[in-house]
Amino acid sequence: MTDWPILSTVTFLPLVGVFLILLIRDEGAAARRNIRNVALLTTVFTFVLSLFIWAGFDSGYAGFQMVEKVEWLGSGISYHMGVDGISMLFVILITFIMPLCILASWESVESRVKEYMIAFLILETIMIGVFCALDIVLFYVFFEASLVPMFIIIGVWGGKRRVYASFKFFLYTLLGSVLMLLAIMAMFWQSGTTDIPTLLTHDFPASMQTWLWLAFFASFAVKMPMWPVHTWLPDAHVEAPTAGSVILAAILLKMGGYGFLRFSLPMFPDASLYFQPFVFTLSIVAIIYTSLVALMQEDIKKLIAYSSVAHMGYVTMGIFAMNVEGIQGGIFQMLSHGLVSGALFLCVGVVYDRMHTREIDAYGGLVNNMPKYAVVFLIFTMANVGLPGTSGFVGEFLTLLGVFRVNTWVALFAATGVILSAAYALWLYRRVVFGALTKESLKGLLDLSTREKVIIYPLVFFVILFGVYPAPVLDVTAASVDALVNNVTLSIEATQAATLR
Amino acid sequence: MTAELSTSLTLATPELILAVGAMVLLMIGVFSGERANTTVTGLAIALLIGAGGWMLVFTGDGEAFGGAFVSDPFARFMKVLTLIGSVVTLIMSVGFAREEKFDKFEYPVLIVLATLGMLLMVSANDMIALYLGLELQSLALYVIAAINRDNLRSTEAGLKYFVLGALSSGMLLYGISLVYGYTGNTGFEAIASALSGGERQLGLVFGLVFVLAGLAFKISAVPFHMWTPDVYEGAPTPVTAFFAAAPKMAAMALLVRVTVGAFEPVAADWQQIVVFVAIASMVLGAFAAIGQTNIKRLMAYSSIAHMGFALVGLAANTQAGVRGVALYMLIYLIMTLGTFAFILAMRREEGNVERIDDLSGLASTNTLMAVILTILMFSLAGIPPLAGFWGKWYVFLAAMDAELYPLAIIGVLASVVGAYYYLRIIKIMWFDQPAGGFLPMAGELRLVLGLSGLLVLFYAVVGGPFERMAEAAAATFF
Repeated sequence: MTDWPILSTVTFLPLVGVFLILLIRDEGAAARRNIRNVALLTTVFTFVLSLFIWAGFDSGYAGFQMVEKVEWLGSGISYHMGVDGISMLFVILITFIMPLCILASWESVESRVKEYMIAFLILETIMIGVFCALDIVLFYVFFEASLVPMFIIIGVWGGKRRVYASFKFFLYTLLGSVLMLLAIMAMFWQSGTTDIPTLLTHDFPASMQTWLWLAFFASFAVKMPMWPVHTWLPDAHVEAPTAGSVILAAILLKMGGYGFLRFSLPMFPDASLYFQPFVFTLSIVAIIYTSLVALMQEDIKKLIAYSSVAHMGYVTMGIFAMNVEGIQGGIFQMLSHGLVSGALFLCVGVVYDRMHTREIDAYGGLVNNMPKYAVVFLIFTMANVGLPGTSGFVGEFLTLLGVFRVNTWVALFAATGVILSAAYALWLYRRVVFGALTKESLKGLLDLSTREKVIIYPLVFFVILFGVYPAPVLDVTAASVDALVNNVTLSIEATQAATLR
Repeated sequence: MTAELSTSLTLATPELILAVGAMVLLMIGVFSGERANTTVTGLAIALLIGAGGWMLVFTGDGEAFGGAFVSDPFARFMKVLTLIGSVVTLIMSVGFAREEKFDKFEYPVLIVLATLGMLLMVSANDMIALYLGLELQSLALYVIAAINRDNLRSTEAGLKYFVLGALSSGMLLYGISLVYGYTGNTGFEAIASALSGGERQLGLVFGLVFVLAGLAFKISAVPFHMWTPDVYEGAPTPVTAFFAAAPKMAAMALLVRVTVGAFEPVAADWQQIVVFVAIASMVLGAFAAIGQTNIKRLMAYSSIAHMGFALVGLAANTQAGVRGVALYMLIYLIMTLGTFAFILAMRREEGNVERIDDLSGLASTNTLMAVILTILMFSLAGIPPLAGFWGKWYVFLAAMDAELYPLAIIGVLASVVGAYYYLRIIKIMWFDQPAGGFLPMAGELRLVLGLSGLLVLFYAVVGGPFERMAEAAAATFF
């Protein structure tokens, strides 16, 4: 088992599913059912296989594990894969969310099922690749390639303004990442390698760090997204099909946070320290401003999208606190948000499939005929607010704790976001679920179907499990985060000592 | 003397094969009349492949004809690209000739002659040889551009190309005479050694600018690009494909050899020019293509932008830069041939169509074609892991090494703007309502489109050997 390239297998397994789907030739209901089955089996199988990564993972070891390295394209670029405590859980999150996405589009996607499933499976490969890549060029290739299937998913199966949303999504993120590409090239000429483990130990000159940090920031801030470059997200979320929104919120946004952790912080520690107030400011604006914006939304999906931006504010804030609590909290918050926001979009998808509208005003009093739905929606709403006992609390608490150690004022302002998130989330919940069931159109609605239960109940389970017992996650990330914080602190101290002398 | 002549003839055998072969083809064409088109096309393809095969197997390194003609790894690399461009466009023209009554046997003969001129350009190591090769190529191209002589647009395109081309040849010649006047030589090595000693004279800079302007015209770089959209639109599609592929390879090779070879000692002077031309081409190509409705016109602006990207590598004036240019041209060739195979396959009952709107909803009607064009468009836009990304990677890598930061930043931003119009084509194919499918593709177009799509898609897997070849080619100059 040790020699088996498990990461590559998990990464490229979905492509096998793509190949199998391509073999299904004819059209019609039977073919569509087969395509769905193949896609579902592929993703489930990938998930099961990815559990071996978790099983074989040594959480006491801080470096990269299950490394694979092959020469690729000459000129120093190598196909280098591996995971550490920071990236491993994201791989599991992806493989866990994917089958749910396939199930969520089981009935709602009726046209071009083949292309749809192929796009999702390709997207899965690309996303896993982003988190496993240990060569910065390989990382960039995966990072950027993720735009292609998402562009198609939003544009073909999206809502009314899908063309606008897909172009905005694509061009915005592309604009951010081309600057990172130039930074990668500059790093290559400076250090002579594109290998991430080597780059992690390379000392970039302080003047260069500033520019490199800014170029990487341009890319990750757009992806994350941070205020004020978040405007593509509400559009993309609103127009994307349910499963597309889930992927977008649960995983694609996390690439930005992962990028900060993998590149910005350890490779440019001095610049990270220098820009710390800047990131804090943007994070606080994101938390407070987008929470207020979320209050005023009339579209459920848009509201959740803005709430995502606010929650990502906690993540950036925690990461740039540059201590163990903050970073642990940031990672936990990303994983938790991956489950919670994904689940919220699935919940919206449940009622959207029945009513075909996302207007908040079109709903009200759903608790009367959809009690099970009301319960799970409540749990996810509470997790979104950060109620103790749900996974949302652990992440927010840890990031606030980490930031408090660095800057009390930042923590204070960020804490107001908890109140604001309670305001918009609970108000949304009241308007959609509570109240009298007065609208005629809502009276015939059925509660969760078996398929929907299969999708949503596992998420409920994990949201509560990680809320009361976060140790499995924190243990896995601990060693790598400790090492990261150690390196960053040491190199910052070294620079400061050098300046003082 | 005889020994030198025989070495010279051995080195130039591929060119001699083409020269003699073109004459024979002309004879065959003249004597068998209008029916000979298919035969002559087939023979021309065989001739070009034969010359290329001969070159790869038998031709070594060396100089011929008193140093005017040179054969080295770079020349062979670029010649192979040129020959591929010519052969594939000839193959693609077969079906078009059948369907559109485009059956003039002069066409393949002229292509062979133009290719001969290009091979001479690539191997030119002397200003006179450069001019001879360039003019042989240009004169053949003038005729090819206007080959559809009963068509108003085609003749207009040909005339426009001729007038502007003659002007650029004049500038080039004037530049050559100035360079000769100030260095006393026409050979590239002699020019380089004359320039490396002593101070730089102003008149020489004039000569340099004129030479570069003349060559920039041939690769349709801004501000010498005006002919490109009209010729691309007006010429019959196989001719457009040829214009987009082969001459660009040869002219770019020549530009590399003149700058990095002959004018190496005054690199600081020509670098400024190349940087300006590259920026102007990338930006204009990106913005001007946005408003186009004709796909051939769009490809014209796209090729202008791509020449700008290739020049980014040249501006670096390093081995990595020349490697970048060579690889970029290779990848550009693959993508261009694929795209034109697609444009040739845009056929309905009423004939060929070339409006972008005609692609509406193609993903529902001809899914496979739409998928391949999507891959090509994403690649032209430079999205990884497709081939176009790697082309951009190597040229920008060189630019970053040479610390040409403004050039690199403007370049990548222009590529984002450019991504918009490639995305628009994808959007029209995937997001819009179907407007009726196309007729089934001809076999040869299928082959070209499929091969190009596969190469572009799997470049990241199979690209290693290409890169080593380009590396060896670039090592010629350093």
